[in-house]
Amino acid sequence: MRKIMEFMRPAGALGKYLSVKAVVAAGFMLALAISRFNLLDNYLQLILMLIGINLILTLSLNLVNGYMGEFSVGHAGFMAAGAYVSSILSVKVLASYSPLWVFPCAVLAGGMAAGVVGLAVAVPSFKTRGDYLAIVTLAFSMIVKSVIENIDAVGGPRGFLGMDKLTTLPWVFFWTIATVWIIRNFIYSRFGRGVLSVREDEIAADLTGVNTRNVKMLAFVVSSFFAGIAGGLYAHLIQYISPGVFDIVKSTEMLVMVYLGGVGSIAGSIIGAATYTILLEALRPLGIWRMAVMPLLLILLMIFRPKGIMGYREARCLSPSFGRGAGKEK
Amino acid sequence: MIYFFQQALNAAQLGSVYALIALGYTMVYGVLSMINFAHGDLFMVGAFLCFVGVVVLNLSFIPVLLMAMAGVTMLGVATERVAYRPLRNAPKASAIITSLGVGIFLEHFTLGLSPYPKYIPPLLPSFSFNAWGVSVSTFQLATISISFILMLALYLVVNKTRVGLAMRAISADRGIVPLMGVPVDRIIALTFALGSGLGGAAGVMYAMAYPVIDPYIGIIIGWKAFISAVIGGIGNIRGAVLGAYILGTVEIMTAAFLPSTYRDLVAFSLLLILLIFRPHGLLGRVESQKV
Repeated sequence: MRKIMEFMRPAGALGKYLSVKAVVAAGFMLALAISRFNLLDNYLQLILMLIGINLILTLSLNLVNGYMGEFSVGHAGFMAAGAYVSSILSVKVLASYSPLWVFPCAVLAGGMAAGVVGLAVAVPSFKTRGDYLAIVTLAFSMIVKSVIENIDAVGGPRGFLGMDKLTTLPWVFFWTIATVWIIRNFIYSRFGRGVLSVREDEIAADLTGVNTRNVKMLAFVVSSFFAGIAGGLYAHLIQYISPGVFDIVKSTEMLVMVYLGGVGSIAGSIIGAATYTILLEALRPLGIWRMAVMPLLLILLMIFRPKGIMGYREARCLSPSFGRGAGKEK
Repeated sequence: MIYFFQQALNAAQLGSVYALIALGYTMVYGVLSMINFAHGDLFMVGAFLCFVGVVVLNLSFIPVLLMAMAGVTMLGVATERVAYRPLRNAPKASAIITSLGVGIFLEHFTLGLSPYPKYIPPLLPSFSFNAWGVSVSTFQLATISISFILMLALYLVVNKTRVGLAMRAISADRGIVPLMGVPVDRIIALTFALGSGLGGAAGVMYAMAYPVIDPYIGIIIGWKAFISAVIGGIGNIRGAVLGAYILGTVEIMTAAFLPSTYRDLVAFSLLLILLIFRPHGLLGRVESQKV
C-alpha cells in the first residue's frame, strides 16, 4: 500500500499541470466514445457500468458507516425506493418524452424519493445509536421491500419491467464523478466536519455547538439520495427489478465493499467497489463455488489488513490540500 | 377463540426457534460486544446436519438433535478461532466484516454441496391430539419443550457455574478479568460453543416445522432472531427470549388475522415503534443482567 501511495505522489506534482477537470473531461470523452463506437464489447461495458453503480452505492454507505460512524445495514431499501420511483416515472409517466430528458429526470426523482425515505430513517437516529440504529435501518429496508411486494400496480413480488436500456457508460460516468465530487466536497465542508465530529464523540460535538440533529439528517438524506440514484441507474441497466433484488443480501454486498476498501475514505470506496466487482467477475469460471471463494479472500484480507485496504486514509488527489499544498511542500 | 389459541401455540413454536437463535446473538454480543452475523448461517448448517442425520445416516430424533448441536458447536468454535480471534484487537468493523464473510461462505459452501432444496422427512411419529379444541402436534410439543429445557440449562450454566460467572464478568469488564486469572480466550470460545449449540438445535426445530430447507434460510431467520435480541435489549439473556416470543407472536398473529403478505410489514413497523419509545430494547438497562 505504501508503494501505491508513493506511486500516487507524482500525481500531486503533476496536478500543477494537469488539472482534475481535464482528467475527468478526458474520461467522459472516452466513455462517450466507447459507448458510441462500441470500442469494448458489451460484457466489459456492463462490468464498467456495474463498477460505477457499485461505487455510488459504496460511497453513499461510506458516508453513513465510515464518516458518521453509524452502522446502516439497510441501504438496499433506499436503492429500491430509487429504482422503483425512477422506473415507474420512465415507464408510465414520462414515456412519451425524449429519453434524453426522461432518464436524468427519472433518476433524479428516484434519488429524491430515496432521500425522503432516508429522512424517515434519520429521525430515529436522533435517539438511538449503534446496533439499535442498525436494526432501525434494517427494519426500514424490510418495510420498503414489504410495501413494494404489497402494491400490485408495480408488479408486487413478480417485479417490474418495461424500462428501456437508458443507462449508458457516459451516464454512469457522469453520475459516478458527480457522486465522488459532491460527497468529497460535502465531507470537507462545515457540515462534513460535523459528520466527522459525530463519529468521534457525539456529546462533545453537541457541546461545541454542532447541531448534531441537522448533521445526521443531512448525512442520511445525502447518503440515501445517492443510493436512490444508483438504484435508478441499476434499474435502467438491468431493465428488470423485483423486491427480491433489494434484500439483505444486497445490503450485505454494499457493506462488504465499504469495509473491503476501508471506511472513511473515498479512495477506499473506489478501490473497494472496483475490486469487489472485478473479483466477482474474475471468479466466474468457478461457477457456484465463486461465492464460497470470495468470502474466504475477504476474511484473509481482513485478518492481514484489519482496517480494509485504505482505512481512514485518503488518496492525495482527493484531499482538500491537493493542488494548493502539494507544490509548497517541495 | 380456539382459533386464537391455536395461533398462540404456533407463535410459541416459532418464538422458541427464534429464542434459541437469539440467545446465540446476545451471548456473543455480551462477551465480545460484536454482532456475529454468521450466526444465522450456523443455524442453517444445523438444519442441513439434521438432513444428513435423517436421510443419509438414518438416525432417530435424539441422535439427530445431538449430532446437529455437536456439529454446529464445533463449527462455531472453529469460526471464532479462525476468523474472529485474530481480530480481537482490531477495529470493530473488521470483525463484523469477517463475520459477514463467514456467513456468505457458509451459505455458498452449502449451496455448492447441495444445489437443490432438500426435503426432510418427519423426525417424529407425526400425530396430533386435541387439547380443549386446540390441536397440538408432536412437533410443536417437542420444539417448545426442548427449547425450554435448553434455555433452562443455559440459565443454570450462566448463573450457577464458575464458567458462567466468568462469562458475566467478561461482559461486565473485559479489561480487568484477565488480571483475575480468568482464561478469557477459553471463556469466549466456550460462549461461542454454547451459542452455536443452541443455534444447531434451532436448526433441527426449524427443519421439523418447515421441512423444505435451502442454504439461504439462515439469512432471514437469522436477522429476525437478531431483531428479537435487539427488541429484548442485546446482551441480555432474558431479553432475547422475551423478544423472540414477542416477535413470533406478532408474526403469527399478523399472518392469522391480516393478509399474510403483511407479516413482515407489521412486524417491522412494530419493531420501529418499540425502538422509538424504548431505544435500548425492553430489558436493555444498565442494572440488567448481561452474559
